[in-house]
Amino acid sequence: MRGVTSARQQHQLAEAGEPWWRQRESERKRPNTRTSSTIPSPLCASSLKMACQALQSGESLATLKNESDSLKKKLEEERAKLHDVELNQVAEKVELVSALSIRTRRVLKGHGNKVLCMDWCKDKRRLVSSSQDGKVIVWDGYTLNKEHAVTMPCTWVMACAYAPSGCAVACGGLDNKCSVYPLSLDKNENLAAKKKSVAMHTNYLSGCSFTNSDMQLLTSSGDGTCALWDVESGQLLQSFHGHTADVLSLNLAPSETGNTFVSGGCDKKANVWDMRSGQNVQSFETHDSDINCVKYYPTGDAFASASDDGTCRLYDLRADREVAVYQKDSIIFGASSVDFSLSGRLLFAGYNDYTINVWDVLKGNRISVLFGHENRVSCVKVSPDGTSFASASWDTSLRIWA
Amino acid sequence: LGRCKILMNKGSATLSRCITIRLQTFWVQAQNPPLTLQFPMIQRCVTCYEGKVNRASWENGCAAVFAEALHLGNLLVRYGYIYPLKEPRALQLKPDESPYRFQTPYFWISTRWPATELDYAIYLAKKNIRKQGELMEYEKESYSQLHKRINHTWDFVVMQAREQLRASKQRRKADRMVLECQEQAYWLINRPPVGLSLGFLFSSMFFLFYSTLALGRNRVKSSICLEGFVKYSEQYHNQDPIMHGCLPSNPWISDDPAHWALNADQVSVPTRLRVERWSFSFMELLNDSMGRKEFMTYLEKEFSAENLCFWQACEDLRHGETSKIVQKVEEFLAPGAARWVNIDSKTMDKTMEGIKHPHRFVMDAAQMHIYFLMKKDSYPRYLKSELYKSMLAKAIVPQETKKSVFPFMRRQRHSSPSPAKVIATATEQDGQGAGQAGANSSAVSQV
Repeated sequence: MRGVTSARQQHQLAEAGEPWWRQRESERKRPNTRTSSTIPSPLCASSLKMACQALQSGESLATLKNESDSLKKKLEEERAKLHDVELNQVAEKVELVSALSIRTRRVLKGHGNKVLCMDWCKDKRRLVSSSQDGKVIVWDGYTLNKEHAVTMPCTWVMACAYAPSGCAVACGGLDNKCSVYPLSLDKNENLAAKKKSVAMHTNYLSGCSFTNSDMQLLTSSGDGTCALWDVESGQLLQSFHGHTADVLSLNLAPSETGNTFVSGGCDKKANVWDMRSGQNVQSFETHDSDINCVKYYPTGDAFASASDDGTCRLYDLRADREVAVYQKDSIIFGASSVDFSLSGRLLFAGYNDYTINVWDVLKGNRISVLFGHENRVSCVKVSPDGTSFASASWDTSLRIWA
Repeated sequence: LGRCKILMNKGSATLSRCITIRLQTFWVQAQNPPLTLQFPMIQRCVTCYEGKVNRASWENGCAAVFAEALHLGNLLVRYGYIYPLKEPRALQLKPDESPYRFQTPYFWISTRWPATELDYAIYLAKKNIRKQGELMEYEKESYSQLHKRINHTWDFVVMQAREQLRASKQRRKADRMVLECQEQAYWLINRPPVGLSLGFLFSSMFFLFYSTLALGRNRVKSSICLEGFVKYSEQYHNQDPIMHGCLPSNPWISDDPAHWALNADQVSVPTRLRVERWSFSFMELLNDSMGRKEFMTYLEKEFSAENLCFWQACEDLRHGETSKIVQKVEEFLAPGAARWVNIDSKTMDKTMEGIKHPHRFVMDAAQMHIYFLMKKDSYPRYLKSELYKSMLAKAIVPQETKKSVFPFMRRQRHSSPSPAKVIATATEQDGQGAGQAGANSSAVSQV
């Protein structure tokens, strides 16, 4: 339900010349932002033509399949040509990681149901979390204070993100939308009233992230697409088609040119996209099951993925291949979330068996297992300055580890 | 057969709207016993409608009538009002003796739209039970997908399927067969396998396109890439608080936020680790607001500050409000704006072309040119300059906090002003929009 401001309030707001989130609903331009999930877009015209021609010329699906299979093989051969060394070979000369004494330093209690997602604020101590019962809470992780709480009109809020300025949060889930709530410090103000619906998908929202500013929002959805939105107007700036199943996660690249992001989905593929053109730049398919989470390495030259097949994998973008697999026979439950430590040496992964594993990225071995949660770990994120990492779990709590 | 009026326009919606009640009753009558229909009959319907009841033209097999009948008939089949008995999956009207049947109105898409996932699941479950697992490939896939998606009501699905099968067993065999045909036809329309092939076609087209591009891509040898990871983790090892610890102490462990205070956005004297980090890469320098300020000071001395100003203005354009794009681009052209003297003519021409239709990325080429210019030229010189060296020399190295004598005594944890409040105060003071602060600032947290 959109926030309803009374006529008097609207008049007051208009008079005061309030910032963007206080514009009246009707003034915002809302073109038809529904993305069709069946028509793939950027290569659409040419591939559509090719497809129609193929159908007309009677080219059977079998020959098409053969052609794509042979190309796949060729691609693998090309990739393998430049693969002259394995990561753990290169890492032999590196010192082992000394024993880490990571423990729970804070336990954030307050959610009534499974916590599904969380995100850090740039101030390194605040965070936002969302849960299955529709509650979104902004905490000061250091003092354990709850600073804001919003109840979304839908359940299963699967995605939440903190704005870079710290002034707003975005969240969404089964309502197929992503809404932005500006954070107000006036205790009497109802945050839900200022809600701004930005993204609209045709299926559930699985992930959202602000780009470098508060003005643009990147979302991924169960309808198989990702989309870039302008927060102010709610307009769709670019949509990204290519996944053949639900997209579960996305992450923006920390590169100099800052124009790409990676997404992972239920089609076992991780795709790298160019935000400007909407094109799929690179694609990796080595997992055996759904990819739950993707996260860039600090340099932006590689990314890690966590999957239901119980493994985490590292993919190098310049070598265009998978370079490491983090797995153990004893791990049979799926991994739900990953993040790198600041130096990129450690990989923290949350699993469905209630644990968090710490992996040595270079050597490939597991350094330690962290226990504490009493149900699945749904999300793991390292704080912006690397001093700690937070984990959200289905046991309704969040933990901060350092 | 009787006369029937069929008004056709494109689209099933119009079609269904125009089918009259009379036709509907006729259609229902054609169910019991099920009337088998063939193309010549359809052709006759069309001629009746067209009014071209000229026996001669009919017997001559007028081409126009034939084509029309074929077209109309195809539409009827495609939208499920008539279904073929032989080859039910080929949804087209064959102008020969192939038999067709009228679909019962219960299964018209006009009456039962949209077809729900639940219904489809029940149908597949019934088929699965009846044929003991012998479903078509695409049906098997849909079934497993549905099983995943609506898993929470799966008991209901199986129960319903069993109930419906039991009820149908009590019918006469002939009726049961008819019903099965009708249901199958309905689902072939609503969940067409052709859709899946189309999907496969699209995805394989994509893959072909993508792989041709991918084959031509420049790849880097693994040894070089992986070496990069090793170097990076070594370089940043000391910066990583979880690996190396941080000074004076990790706030989460010691409850002392001094580390954050010492590394706040604006401090008079930065920490050594921070200043060292600026030398790791140009991006690190620019990402730190203090580093950027220092760099600007240096450039001013070199009289090339307009490069950084230009770059910042481009960043602002790229990440700012859509509504302000045109205004910002015009500012680039205004006199007194950050000059673009350092851009080569080719980039300049391209940019000027693009400015005619201003968009968010119009300055990208120019911005990248200036960025790499600064990175290759000004940045290395800055690191060798007195300004940087003196900053490094006076940077502080905090004392490591000695572990307190009573480690179990918890220090009081102070809250910090919320970033939302900080921006709001700025708004009141200088009347600027809150969006301004969005681009690159992080909140100040002070104790």
